[in-house]
Amino acid sequence: MICLAFCYRRRLSGPKNIVLMVTIQLIGIHKSFNDQKVLDGVNLDIEAGKITVIIGQSGGGKSILLKHMIGLVRPDKGQVLVEGMDISRLNDRKLNEIRKNFGMLFQEAALFDSMTVGENVAFPLNEHTRLTRSQIRQAVHQKLLQVGLRDVVDKMPSELSGGMRKRVGLARAMALDPRIILFDEPTTGLDPITADAIDRLIVDTQKLTKATCVAISHDIASTFKIAHTVAMLYQGKIIAVGTPEEVRASEHPALQQFIQGKAEGPIMDYYVLDM
Amino acid sequence: MIKFIETVGRGLIRFVEEFGLVMFLFLAAVVWALRPPWRVRAIFKQMEFVGVNSLLVVILTGIFTGGVLAFQAYHGFRLFSAESLVGSTVALAMTRELGPVLTSLMVTGRAGSAMAAELGTMRVTEQIDALYSMATNPIKYLVVPRIIAGILMLPLLTIIADFVGIIGGYLVGVGLLKINSGIYVAKMIQIVELDDILNGLIKSACFGLILSLVGCYKGFYTRGGAQGVGKATTQAVVVASVSILVCDYFLTAAMF
Repeated sequence: MICLAFCYRRRLSGPKNIVLMVTIQLIGIHKSFNDQKVLDGVNLDIEAGKITVIIGQSGGGKSILLKHMIGLVRPDKGQVLVEGMDISRLNDRKLNEIRKNFGMLFQEAALFDSMTVGENVAFPLNEHTRLTRSQIRQAVHQKLLQVGLRDVVDKMPSELSGGMRKRVGLARAMALDPRIILFDEPTTGLDPITADAIDRLIVDTQKLTKATCVAISHDIASTFKIAHTVAMLYQGKIIAVGTPEEVRASEHPALQQFIQGKAEGPIMDYYVLDM
Repeated sequence: MIKFIETVGRGLIRFVEEFGLVMFLFLAAVVWALRPPWRVRAIFKQMEFVGVNSLLVVILTGIFTGGVLAFQAYHGFRLFSAESLVGSTVALAMTRELGPVLTSLMVTGRAGSAMAAELGTMRVTEQIDALYSMATNPIKYLVVPRIIAGILMLPLLTIIADFVGIIGGYLVGVGLLKINSGIYVAKMIQIVELDDILNGLIKSACFGLILSLVGCYKGFYTRGGAQGVGKATTQAVVVASVSILVCDYFLTAAMF
């Protein structure tokens, strides 16, 4: 059964069926806000047990795409299949059941600022498990150690640095040992050293937990460090998917411009003055 | 002319839209409130915030309102030698109107605004999304305890405001204006009925619902960073205060 759930059968064009190891499938996702098209038919398969990084411009709809995967945003059109189940049509209660398999690290970590670090990490455990208080304390300690933090349990989130907050956010996201972890711009706003440490943490976490990881990023260096698969979102569509090598070798002009970080090219968000 | 109609129409549509959304949030809160597990601790925490922490403000408001009422009533009643009615006038005004309304307005300024600011900040810093992502419904976790606290605590605060208001009236009437103490109290007991007090409390429960619902609504749907939070807070206070006063008229018309 589990195998069946994991290996979602996908009918491609043509008569033959191909069985793929995918946990999340986005099929023809359309989303607009106030008549502005953000996603314009996104098709993407997220492989199980791998790290997939979706790259693209800031404000290009990456966050919205990520939020579709956990049902925070519902598509105008299209399907979001998580292990074969279309979560875009589920009611709140069923969606919550699905969400227990997810962990999400938000861009600014989104820690509850009225709670201590320990209470933050303990939150999902208090909500969804029947562990005793001492068991929870132990689990919190262990999760914090896993992300490289010690002696922070009683601190408030506002007392931590940006990198530490992200670590706590990751510890909280991992509290229920999720099978899917989503990262919203994990390295944005961090210095290069902290960013590298977070990248390493993501890779190590994935190795340890074998979870399916999806990250969105516009940080090219970080992307190529952590990704098994890279996908590029451009003008509301996925224009390229592949291993980091394949993506690097791709000749798509927008993709190349993005990887090389050039202001000139098909991607323009400014006007050139005629002199 | 057409522009004028357009503006009015747009305003009306917005009003209906917002009213619908508020009602939608209210219904969602009712549904989630009925589903276990009940978050007793969160409810008590909010009751402390809305109720206990508002105590001083409410007492000060009540005592001085009662006092000033006694002053004003005395001036009027003296003209036709009806000073003995000052006590009952103060007590009636406090229990029927001023107790519930002024308490609600003070709590709106204190707690309603804080609800909007807190939930608004949680919205713009993605803490509400984080709750969703951890399979916890933020309406159940954040909105339900606040609304329950509003409905439960406002009547309690109103009782206190009524009481200290009457004391304030007594202090001014008997202490300063030298009205006979026996007559003051006797007339008050004779004229004020239990219904006056109870209806006031029912009103205050409705106001408690309004201020917490509006505060939560404005906070929950905040958009646009720090500026958005500021706007939500201001709007929460303005909308809740006006709604309380409008609602007060209709409730009073229906009840008395």
